[in-house]
Amino acid sequence: MTTVEQGTRTLLSVRNVVKHFPIRSKGLIRRQIGAVQAVSDVSFDIAEGETLGLVGESGCGKSTTARVVLNLLPATSGEVLYRGQDLTKIGRSEMRGLRRELQIVFQDPYASLDPRLPVNEIIAEPLRIHGLYSDGGRDQVRRLMQTVGLKPEHGNRYAHEFSGGQRQRIGIARALALRPKLLVLDEPVSALDVSIQAGVLNLLDELQSELDLSYLFVSHDLSVVRHIADRIAVMYLGSIVETGTAEELFAGPAHPYTQALISAIPLPDPRKERARERITVVGDLPSPANPPSGCRFRTRCPKFANELSDAERTRCVEEPPALVERGQGHPVSCHYAERRALL
Amino acid sequence: MSQHASEPSRAGTADEIDLSPAPGARGVRGDVVLEVSGLDVTFPSADGPVRAVRGVDYALHRGEVLGIVGESGSGKSVTSMAVMRLLPNTAEVKGSVRFDGRDLLTLSEAEMTRVRGSRIAMIFQDPMTSLNPVYTVGAQIAEAVRAHHDVSKQAAMERAVELLDKVRIPNAKDRAGSYPHELSGGMRQRVVIAIAMANDPDVIIADEPTTALDVTVQAQILDALAAAQDETGAAMVLITHDLGVIAGQADRVLVMYAGKPVEIGTAEEIFYTPRMPYTLGLLGSLPRLDRPSERLTPIPGAPPSVVNMPPGCPFGPRCPKHTERCDESEPELRVTTGPGHLAACHYAETLAGQEAADVFDNEVADHEALAGLAAGEGTGTDGEARA
Repeated sequence: MTTVEQGTRTLLSVRNVVKHFPIRSKGLIRRQIGAVQAVSDVSFDIAEGETLGLVGESGCGKSTTARVVLNLLPATSGEVLYRGQDLTKIGRSEMRGLRRELQIVFQDPYASLDPRLPVNEIIAEPLRIHGLYSDGGRDQVRRLMQTVGLKPEHGNRYAHEFSGGQRQRIGIARALALRPKLLVLDEPVSALDVSIQAGVLNLLDELQSELDLSYLFVSHDLSVVRHIADRIAVMYLGSIVETGTAEELFAGPAHPYTQALISAIPLPDPRKERARERITVVGDLPSPANPPSGCRFRTRCPKFANELSDAERTRCVEEPPALVERGQGHPVSCHYAERRALL
Repeated sequence: MSQHASEPSRAGTADEIDLSPAPGARGVRGDVVLEVSGLDVTFPSADGPVRAVRGVDYALHRGEVLGIVGESGSGKSVTSMAVMRLLPNTAEVKGSVRFDGRDLLTLSEAEMTRVRGSRIAMIFQDPMTSLNPVYTVGAQIAEAVRAHHDVSKQAAMERAVELLDKVRIPNAKDRAGSYPHELSGGMRQRVVIAIAMANDPDVIIADEPTTALDVTVQAQILDALAAAQDETGAAMVLITHDLGVIAGQADRVLVMYAGKPVEIGTAEEIFYTPRMPYTLGLLGSLPRLDRPSERLTPIPGAPPSVVNMPPGCPFGPRCPKHTERCDESEPELRVTTGPGHLAACHYAETLAGQEAADVFDNEVADHEALAGLAAGEGTGTDGEARA
């Protein structure tokens, strides 16, 4: 087993993770006739106390990646090393112990809280499951509620009595109950109105610095990710196409997809928004069951369509570009990567 | 297909936005086409009447884009449903909606049907529910054409293909034969836009037209909407919660809170010199793509319940400028920085030159509780003890 050397600050190391979902034929035998390649060879690291933003549009595999990281879905291949231990290979009981350190906050604060339990019990549940409630669990629950900005007196209420933002805070309190090291946040603010979203983002900021948490922050919203993440990985159709610090990525995005994504997000500033340079992609996402050969983005790539010569295009069609440093300051998976200032 | 990598923003440069007087250009005020006044919508509920809309007034000018922005429950969608007379019968609607010299709220159902779709078109958030799953998209567009024009089926179909082409659907002729489920969300929304364009409407009401879509697709749909507007010369009401979309598309903006407009002005006035604390708070809550990370200033609390609203300013309980005066009566919209810039706040002038962070207290986490949690007091859940 590969191990991360003790003493390094890497908490989580994802190596060449692949996740395919089988497509089966109809009828009795249900032979496998194909596979949805949800995640194709994804690698990244998260250091202690760091936030990695995993960003991309629907169907890019970002949520699947998050679930594979937590071992909620088995990986087809690859390694997920948490403090040197490969989560894809350990047994159930070992994983159960590690669950304390790896927690998740879901997108939908309506669906992820049990409607039949008072909030006290929702937050206490992980403590009970891990046999920690008897030792001052009540106080711990009160403290957790206070920490996330809820009144401990409201602990006897049910989830439906709270607003969306408060519910998301309950979900965060529950995830924090076991003092995790890594929190996976799957679109944690997407269902919230902006004025409420800002409060939850500030809370996440503070929790991280006080509790020394690492975050894997999955989102489709680049503005939110820029705000919260130290480093960002941009996904497209199952692969990471570009990764770097938030600063680098926004100062000089080098992959045509990242450029299109940044230029498609409307800025809340009329003069800037109307004077901006636009890089538009055409068409729709190809099926992940049958991704294009070579570069997966080529079918929608504005560079491929408008700037490259036929000879250059051949390379895009035949050779999948690796995610490596190409003289752009950070790794990018485009044969013709070129930094551009867009903001 | 024919789009270019660096297609210029269709609204052009900043100079063009400064209301050049060329007739017919976007952003230039023509005559009033739609005038909503004193619109009030009440729904009965078990807890008492829900006043979803409490007195909305606006005038929509020919060729302009009026953005209506607000958070969930602010009444922005109910307002336009009331204008189109699409609310259930249980809803009590008061006020008037002047369109083409008549009050839409007093028309018979048959007269209203002639207005809907031909003179005023509507685009909804979810294209799958506005399209019929058992007809091809071409047939549905042709049906919209034939509903208001006496043309042959074949001519209507030709027009359908032409419209699909205008909203930039590649291979429009082939696509006209597709069923809605065969198209992606973005394609479906373009079909809905094509239907809206079919009868050259005077007004297009677009209710969260891009909310269900990914950003790269959203950009394409906003382009298609602009094309539809250019083509038909219609005025547009664009309802959205996304301030970025408003900044890019709207000439004038109406900000709604708790069923009422609380600020109205040009896009520049709203974004650069907001005079209602709520608007300022919204802007301060937004994480910005174009700036390095800074602390956000959320608005404390939550919007009020619109059942049994207390007297006074509905934003009062969340507002840093709040005084006793605000509880006495609800402030009316009044002129602030310019003749068309209205805000419903007694203290509008005190916001001059202020940023959200200057006005709103920055809510901070409970540090005592946090420190207790960090120390793992009284629980034995100290992370280090695990090994």
